[in-house]
Amino acid sequence: MSFLHNVSWFNSWLKNELQNQAQKYYKMKKTATLLALVLITASVSCAQKYFTRSGYIHFFSTTNVEDISADNNKATVVLDAGTGAVEISCLIKAFEFEKALMQEHFNENYMESDTYPKSVFKGKVENIKAVNFFRDGTYSSQVSGEIFIHGVTKTIFANVTFVVSGGKIETNTNFSVNPKDYNITIPDLVKNNISENIRITVKSTLEELKK
Amino acid sequence: MKNPDMHKVIKKLFRKVAVITAFLFPSVSFYAQTDDEKDLLSLVEEEEAVNYATSAFKSSRIINGHSIENTPEGVLDFRISHRFGFVNSGPYDFFGLDQAFMRLGFDYGITDRLMVGMGHSNFNKVYDSFVKYKILRQSTGKRKMPVSVAWVSSINCNTLKWADPERKNFFTSRLSYSHQLLIARKFNENLTLQIMPTLVHRNIVPRPEIRNDVLAVGAGGRYKLTKRLSINAEYFYVLPGQMDSMFTNSFSVGVDIETGGHVFQLQFTNSTSMVEPGFITETVGHWEKGDIHFGFNISRVFTIKKRKSPAEW
Repeated sequence: MSFLHNVSWFNSWLKNELQNQAQKYYKMKKTATLLALVLITASVSCAQKYFTRSGYIHFFSTTNVEDISADNNKATVVLDAGTGAVEISCLIKAFEFEKALMQEHFNENYMESDTYPKSVFKGKVENIKAVNFFRDGTYSSQVSGEIFIHGVTKTIFANVTFVVSGGKIETNTNFSVNPKDYNITIPDLVKNNISENIRITVKSTLEELKK
Repeated sequence: MKNPDMHKVIKKLFRKVAVITAFLFPSVSFYAQTDDEKDLLSLVEEEEAVNYATSAFKSSRIINGHSIENTPEGVLDFRISHRFGFVNSGPYDFFGLDQAFMRLGFDYGITDRLMVGMGHSNFNKVYDSFVKYKILRQSTGKRKMPVSVAWVSSINCNTLKWADPERKNFFTSRLSYSHQLLIARKFNENLTLQIMPTLVHRNIVPRPEIRNDVLAVGAGGRYKLTKRLSINAEYFYVLPGQMDSMFTNSFSVGVDIETGGHVFQLQFTNSTSMVEPGFITETVGHWEKGDIHFGFNISRVFTIKKRKSPAEW
């Protein structure tokens, strides 16, 4: 820096510049501290997540000809208690039927589970403020979001009940889907066997997700 | 401000920037990791499942021979198989349709991997029974297995009246056996190929130079044209020098049509018999001469024992 001694204009410019920078920096520091604080708070609230890998999904189709139902108790459910965001994922092949042939047809002909191995729901709990996941009690709410079945994404809306007790959250919801909406074609021969209004029930007991 | 001060300011500035950076970035990256609006599910490590290749064939038979598929646990499969006469028999026999060889059979799945079956054919009045066990299941995911492997053994009893009742006849002379290893791979949603090394044993053969044990290798497969329709083919190559020259190798082509609880298999084959020792070692038809049977198998399944579904809780 010694050569700068002789260049007084540069010296004063640098001084000014540095002072400016310092001022800016102090302002920035303030903002940064604030931002960091916000982020840390956000991450703390992020830590309040609940999950299960053994969520239960049941579907039921009833017609004059026959009733068809299947169960899957290997669904993954994750709930962010802070934001109300909720995600559910399940393997189609994990649905179990009473009749093996139905299960085969379900996978082979209708759900094409080799092509679409998973169904996923991503959504959020509405009026999250009305639900206190940190206080024991029963809460009714709605959940809305996008469901992905057989390559098709649709928006759905459903009522949901939360039972909070001892740090665990039990959830219970049901809604209906029409296979037609999800590009699932049913041949005329069995048209009367499969309902257009298939009832889906999702139940889970969520535990706190620990890092 | 003197220059040393400036140095100090600069140093301070750098140090603070460093501290702030150190503070800011980890929290930013931490935030990014747990940004659940996008990916809550990714927070939960997925348990990788074993993904078994299912439905490699629509039915437990390719055409005459066994496919890698089993009748599932608790399921009874009632099978009716017909082979009409040779199509080259001309209009007098209505191109073979005036004649019919048939087999009636029941298969049952004891477990998903073990099945048994029995049947009766009017051709040679054969009673047959078999046991089939799936040894390996093709899978991807947590456990990887490139092929499915099954074992089938059958025992067959010819109940025609003795050709010569005067001589001393033994019951064991009526019996023949087959043992097969089925090795199959479902290459994709549509294509499955299978090879079947086979040993057939006949307790009695007409002449001493004909072997009691016959080794053969079968090959078969299916190609799915639509979800409910596939074309199938099957060939059994008998290793040379084991049989009378009047017998040829069995070759069959057909389609599988699936309709709900039924699978219809329509086929053309040069084999008359529908049991292993019969179609593998006693096929007399020659495709090139038009000795072709038109035929069909109908499979109708009944669920005898319902599966336990996961308990509703």
